[in-house]
Amino acid sequence: MDFDFSEEQRMLADSLGKLISDRYGFENRKAYAKQPEGWSREIWAAYAEMGILGLPFAEADGGFGGGAVETMIVAEALGGALGLEPWFATVVLGGGFLRHGADAGLRETLVPQVADGSLLLAFAHTEPNARFDLHHVETTATKDGDGWVLRGRKGVVLHGDVAGKLFVTARSAGGVRDEAGIGVFLVDAAASGLTRRGYATSDGLRAAEITLDGVRAEAVLGDAANGLPLVKRVVDDAIAALAAEAVGAMDASLKLTLEYLRTRKQFGRAIGSFQSLQHRAADMMVALEQARSMAMYAAMMTDEPDADERARAMHAVKLQMGRFQKFVGQQSIQLHGGIGMTMEYAVGHYFKRLTVIDTQFGDAEHHLAALSEAGGLFQAA
Amino acid sequence: MDLRFNDEERAFRQEVRDFIEANLPPETRERMAAGRTPTKDMVVQWQRALNAKGWAVPHWPVEHGGTGWSAIKRFILNEEMQQWPTPTPLAFNCAMVGPVICAFGTDAQKQHFLPRMKNLDDWWCQGFSEPGAGSDLASLKCASKREGDHFIVNGQKTWTTLAQHADWIFVLVRSNPAAAKPQEGISFLLVDMKSPGITVRPIITIDGAHEVNEVWFDDVKVPVENLVGTENKGWDCAKFLLSNERTGQARVGASKERIRRLKRIAAEAPGGATPMLANPRFRDKLTEVETQLKALEMTTLRVLANENKRLGEGKPDPASSVLKIRGTEIQQAISELFVEAAGPYGLVGADPEQDRWNEPELAPEWATLAQPVYFNWRKQSIYGGSNEIQRNIMAKAFLGL
Ligand SMILES: Cc1cc2nc3c(=O)[nH]c(=O)nc-3n(C[C@H](O)[C@H](O)[C@H](O)COP(=O)(O)OP(=O)(O)OC[C@H]3O[C@@H](n4cnc5c(N)ncnc54)[C@H](O)[C@@H]3O)c2cc1C
Repeated sequence: MDFDFSEEQRMLADSLGKLISDRYGFENRKAYAKQPEGWSREIWAAYAEMGILGLPFAEADGGFGGGAVETMIVAEALGGALGLEPWFATVVLGGGFLRHGADAGLRETLVPQVADGSLLLAFAHTEPNARFDLHHVETTATKDGDGWVLRGRKGVVLHGDVAGKLFVTARSAGGVRDEAGIGVFLVDAAASGLTRRGYATSDGLRAAEITLDGVRAEAVLGDAANGLPLVKRVVDDAIAALAAEAVGAMDASLKLTLEYLRTRKQFGRAIGSFQSLQHRAADMMVALEQARSMAMYAAMMTDEPDADERARAMHAVKLQMGRFQKFVGQQSIQLHGGIGMTMEYAVGHYFKRLTVIDTQFGDAEHHLAALSEAGGLFQAA
Repeated sequence: MDLRFNDEERAFRQEVRDFIEANLPPETRERMAAGRTPTKDMVVQWQRALNAKGWAVPHWPVEHGGTGWSAIKRFILNEEMQQWPTPTPLAFNCAMVGPVICAFGTDAQKQHFLPRMKNLDDWWCQGFSEPGAGSDLASLKCASKREGDHFIVNGQKTWTTLAQHADWIFVLVRSNPAAAKPQEGISFLLVDMKSPGITVRPIITIDGAHEVNEVWFDDVKVPVENLVGTENKGWDCAKFLLSNERTGQARVGASKERIRRLKRIAAEAPGGATPMLANPRFRDKLTEVETQLKALEMTTLRVLANENKRLGEGKPDPASSVLKIRGTEIQQAISELFVEAAGPYGLVGADPEQDRWNEPELAPEWATLAQPVYFNWRKQSIYGGSNEIQRNIMAKAFLGL
């Protein structure tokens, strides 16, 4: 076991940290949020140049061969910056389908475009009635000649408003809630029959509602009737990345709070001198440290070949992260008093992002139920 | 001891319901039931209807328009309004500055301001907090200097709720900087928002709403007759006002309404295989909050029943802090259950300042409001004396620690 970063991993963290401290302060972020797409194309170009966008792909495909730890490092840094750019949608979700599900030909064409920043991706999966159940798919895929035609509605598609291509789940067989019969299809955003409506999410990022009205897919990833294991594989990666992002956001939120406790004076002294607030801050650190451990556990378990064991681990991660995130987010605001409630000030934005992260790919309660159904983490003696 | 409502109280409850039904426009109810704040016009319409009935300020002294009702009867009126829901009679007028003027004001102030306050002819806002004076309110700096028949006010107030609607503001000012203790040397002034030298700047909260403001005073002239109580003794008015503020925050009826509404929504909200309400884990949590609310409700009634007995003692009821802490915690917990029920569609962020942002509909309105309301309700444990300050009060004043 080794908890230390390698030399290269440290360099990655340092150079990304420098980019962020130079160009992604909270005031910069406000300006980026006001750009037409809700994020910064210049920053995106800088990520491409640094190799962040091609990081997790195999070198043979045009990437840089990074693994789960590298993804964790990037996610944590972007969490601290409250990044608005479509890194998660493009590299973790879209990239996940390329890495785990695409054939060599598709990878060769698309990975270089992702790595150089020219292609944005999204994962169109959630549906209005599905809640968090990955196997609930009403959208249909019908065979037409040698291709597939998709019909249905996909909701809350992260960065679906700007993606050039989307990975779309659709049912080629079976009933709405069957595990079998789901396929993963690659769809061009400009394909005829696809309409999308973009909007801001409650944390200030972007998403889209997407309607597929007889859209011809470009490709199917593997078996059109057995795509769910691939979806789960990618979602497990996503859960690990979200955990790391949350750690970055919690860490930044706690730092802001501690700084505030040291400088804000009431009753003639720093409010950090009140023992009730000291204990609260200590509890926030307890939460953050455990969250950090869970994010590392998640990164480690993304490589677990046994899908059931991997799933149990990710349930545990998402559940515990949900608890820690909520506590740190809420208390950061509470300890700031009124100023924590304002749009002008960063701490409320961390709280909102942390709230949304809990809702992505299943909230804590969803994963608690799933893990409990699966028998928990430890076998009975 | 009899913990049931008697016949008269039950009949009164029915009378209130009938009155609301006949006088509250359905648009107001719909908007509020969705979790949105009522518009200014809606608040004004409702308060005027109440005032016409003689119910706008039941707790005021009878000579100024109070009803002389028992605390329980007043509770019933409030609870029914919150459960409907109707707008709340504007707290700044009815619960804050009105009672202060009744208790400390001059006859001229009573005659001029009280009738206008009741009828919401004047919208009041509360100018207490400052950037440097939040929990430590007595450290406030906004200054007043006496010049002939006027006070000249300079400084800044902040977090001023709905100052953008206000005609008048009641402010605490530092009138004697040389006083021995910070609490001495504070005065309570009534200021016309149209006075030259006042600037209101919006503060947008994390849910995107424009609810609070900064209010700046630059050489604002306030006639001396707008001083309430004795010069430099404004802290007495402030203490009186703040102890009234706290009991109002339990909001039992409002929480009942939110829970009932959530139950109805959850019976249909997609929960995967079944609607959310069929999910035993979700239902358990909802049930738990309901029982917490029952404990709070009984505590509220106990405090109210005690009120008459304590009247002469001049000390706040220790339980008023209990009500504030539990009332806000329960409301916040309910807002979290809404977020949970909304699931992925909670990400679709509503814009509370826009009426038609969800057309055509992206997601059910209640789901899009779940997160903004949850964000906004974090304020409840911060304002009205933060929940930490409430615990300090209890420890010092009542626990002998
Ligand atoms: C939405 C909203 C609306 C408001 N509306 C109004 C209004 O209309 N008019 C008005 O005058 N004010 C209003 N307020 C202001 C409100 O009363 C203050 O925010 C509140 O008094 C807390 O002050 P503060 O924000 O400066 O926080 P601070 O006092 O700086 O407190 C920061 C943190 O320190 C804690 N703390 C402070 N002192 C102690 C202590 N001794 N022991 C332990 N913990 C402590 C607090 O509990 C809090 O967690 C509003 C606030 C909000 C958020």
